Amino acid sequence: MSITLARRRVIPGFGLTMGFTLLYMGLIFLVPVGAFLLYTTTMSWDTFWHAVTQRQVVASYKLSFGGSLIAATINLFFGALLAWVLVRYRFPGKRLIDALVDLPFALPTAVAGIALVTLYASTGWVGQYLELFGVRVAYTQLGVVVALTYIGLPFVVRTVQPVLEDLEAEWEEASASLGADRFTTIRRVIFPALFPALLTGYALAFARALGEYGSVVFISGNLPFRTEITPLLIVAKAEQYDYHGAAAIGTVMLVVAFAMLLVINGLQWWTSRRHG
Amino acid sequence: MNTSNQAASEVDRADTPTASDNDALAKRWRRATEEPAWLKVTLITVALAFVALFLVLPLSVVLFGAFERGIATWLEAIRDPDALSAIRLTLLIVAIVVPLNTLFGIAAAWAIAKFEFRGKPILISLIDMPFAISPVVVGLIFVILFGSQGWLGPWLAAHDLRIIFAVPGIVIVIAFGTLPFIARELIPLMQQQGKEEEEASLTLGASGFKTFWHVTLPNIKWGLIYGIILCNARAMGEFGAVAVVSGRIRGETNTVPLHIEVLYNEYMFTAAFAVSSLLTGLALVTIAIKSVVEWQDERRQRRAAA
Amino acid sequence: MNLTAPPTLWSLSKLTASILIGGALLGATLGVSSHAQAQPERVELLNVSYDPTREFYRAYNQLFAEHWREGHDQEVTVRQSHGGSGSQGRSVIDGIDADVVTLALAYDIDALHDRGNLIPDDWQTRLPHNSSPYTSTIVLLVRNGNPKNIQGWDDLIRDDVEVITPNPKTSGGARWNFLALWGYGLEQFDGDEEQTFDFVRQVFENVPVLDSGARGATNTFVQRRLGDVLLAWENEAILSVEQLGQGDFEIVVPEQSILAEPPVAVVDANVERKGTRDVAEGYLEYLYSDEAQALAAQHYYRPIDEAVLAEYADTFPSLELFTIDEVFGGWREAQARFFNDGGVFDEILEAINAP
Repeated sequence: MSITLARRRVIPGFGLTMGFTLLYMGLIFLVPVGAFLLYTTTMSWDTFWHAVTQRQVVASYKLSFGGSLIAATINLFFGALLAWVLVRYRFPGKRLIDALVDLPFALPTAVAGIALVTLYASTGWVGQYLELFGVRVAYTQLGVVVALTYIGLPFVVRTVQPVLEDLEAEWEEASASLGADRFTTIRRVIFPALFPALLTGYALAFARALGEYGSVVFISGNLPFRTEITPLLIVAKAEQYDYHGAAAIGTVMLVVAFAMLLVINGLQWWTSRRHG
Repeated sequence: MNTSNQAASEVDRADTPTASDNDALAKRWRRATEEPAWLKVTLITVALAFVALFLVLPLSVVLFGAFERGIATWLEAIRDPDALSAIRLTLLIVAIVVPLNTLFGIAAAWAIAKFEFRGKPILISLIDMPFAISPVVVGLIFVILFGSQGWLGPWLAAHDLRIIFAVPGIVIVIAFGTLPFIARELIPLMQQQGKEEEEASLTLGASGFKTFWHVTLPNIKWGLIYGIILCNARAMGEFGAVAVVSGRIRGETNTVPLHIEVLYNEYMFTAAFAVSSLLTGLALVTIAIKSVVEWQDERRQRRAAA
Repeated sequence: MNLTAPPTLWSLSKLTASILIGGALLGATLGVSSHAQAQPERVELLNVSYDPTREFYRAYNQLFAEHWREGHDQEVTVRQSHGGSGSQGRSVIDGIDADVVTLALAYDIDALHDRGNLIPDDWQTRLPHNSSPYTSTIVLLVRNGNPKNIQGWDDLIRDDVEVITPNPKTSGGARWNFLALWGYGLEQFDGDEEQTFDFVRQVFENVPVLDSGARGATNTFVQRRLGDVLLAWENEAILSVEQLGQGDFEIVVPEQSILAEPPVAVVDANVERKGTRDVAEGYLEYLYSDEAQALAAQHYYRPIDEAVLAEYADTFPSLELFTIDEVFGGWREAQARFFNDGGVFDEILEAINAP
């Protein structure tokens, strides 16, 4: 206890950095989001409940949350692999591939959607071969997962990469010199160090996928009950001047997403405390 | 491959002081600190296949579309006055948003990584929130707040101030959407590094700022650069939220992504892909700068070691 | 500890500089725009319109600028904003500075009165022909040689036909598509609502993709080669044939369809504030001139001027057209009954996807 207190006195700047963090977050999004939630409360409970539990809306939750979970999981594995390969191995074209990882951020989502549907439509470069195996990507739920995987791809790579680069080789060497084989070193030394970053990347990829709109609408087909994502429904409501309906569904997404982020971040905080 | 490994392990187990002892030790050491070659090759191949499917092919579609009709058509699309004004607007927005979010990211990461306080997971989750909020909802939030039917709308109109359907609105929604990038890049990195080095520096009498510049910043340099690159790229490419608050006035409030959508909807596919390729290029420039810095850094370190 | 000036300070000053430059640039842009407004001989209008009118208004704005320069010694620049009709109407209600709106359907302009009180209730009577200087209709676009032999609305319910249309919830054009189908159904089944419902439901069972806008649907049909028939604005269908694929597509004109009237209106609240009423009214009135009517026809909109229409008879085949007022009692009623939440379109979706 006394050690924690002493440490707290050594490092300065808590007031300054925390103050700025809260002020900036407050101005840019906490106050607007708060106002938005307040706006939702101006509607009656019945209106709200009706808006968020229509069958069509519920079907879209299933697709949005399910698709985002699958896409984030794909990204967790391939993102970690990609980060590992980029940091640890040497091969030709490494720099180029490193640069390409950010592409899903750089390309506007609408362009990404157009590019993906050009590839995966049954007339597309890739789609025509998949069609031979009876696999249809564009205009199916699989298409939604493809688009969500694409837009979330950089998150895991980019959160794991710096931690991996920073991981001192001495640790692994120490582990090896103590007689651990490679697998044990990865499991006991590298993985725990990467775990918080992996979790962060997963949470971000999931969160980003949940809200994605621009790229999905091009490849999903937007059929109600089947390939319609929740953000699209929000747009549809808003364009019919039904701001209350749009805000109600938006609120549900916001609350659920926040709860999931809270769980993942809580888990990360807990593990980092256990290891730290 | 397999047999040679087995042979190597037999040599290891033999544990006799022969001439090959050094060799065996080196092999064993390598096996304990590196993956076997076949695994390396497999991992690289799988990673490259994933990259090809999800990154190289979409990029090829854009580049192929952009240059299908030759460089002259590409130039024409870029030189179009509406395209130029969209590029100017996007650069202006990036020049405002990226520095602000950089300051925020450093401050937030410092507060979160170097101190223990109640509710930390909640604060981290709050920082993640902008990612989870659909861009469409972000737009909606500011329309509800600043629109003429909104809460602050009448007051803004009375003072002849414009937020949405003008540049300030676009800046705010992009700052909103890209707010977490740098903070989320730095937080895990700084948490992983701990605070011993800073504490040592401070105990030796350096001031807080000096400690930050000389101890923390060099340690977080790469994370910070990654974060800035991500934030920059995303700020340039943001679409959904901007579409709601920009009003899409040609030559005025159309950012580059909106201009691309306009072109696509005018069936000018080549021009749409041309402007997309430029945007991709702009984002990749930052990566190129990063690579150069990285390379110089490596060279300096090697020289220092020599 | 004697520390020399750290190199990172340089980055900090660069950072500060970019913030300052950013701020200055922002100030400059805002300053420039207010400066431009101060010059009286230059007038700016903002026309908020829907997607398919881009090409037409680009040409018309030049025509009008020349016309106005001669009579009034003013230089008019018309700024354009295009998007889905519904979202464009919403932008005007939420405060975009539109002097005139030129949208896909009257309901989106009614909303300016109902929800924003920006225009009077009787706006549609202020200009001739329901304030619609040009009209269009809904036709069928099929692939070259008409491989599925689609001749009219009846063929859309066949099992082997895939139909492409945008989503009526988000697209104005799609609402015209839907009402064209419904109107045809009523006629076919002697006003029997149940049979009509069934007919339209069967069409929507053949729809594999619901794009959010008319242009998105055209791109799906033309670029992605999905579907056998596209329900489209006549002007969009002709444009597709002319621009996107000479000889790749054919237009099938059904025997009867709906008269689509995309209306125009001056946004009173905005022109009063900006002092642009004269030029805004002039802009819309000139749409009815012979020159503008010919220009509309060249962009495949049906001119309301009979003489001009006759000149372009080759482009516009005659067919039986019913209006929304006759069959549906106007846009407000049609919107409430068919497209609002829980309306007929939602019932159709429910019926198709019954658990």
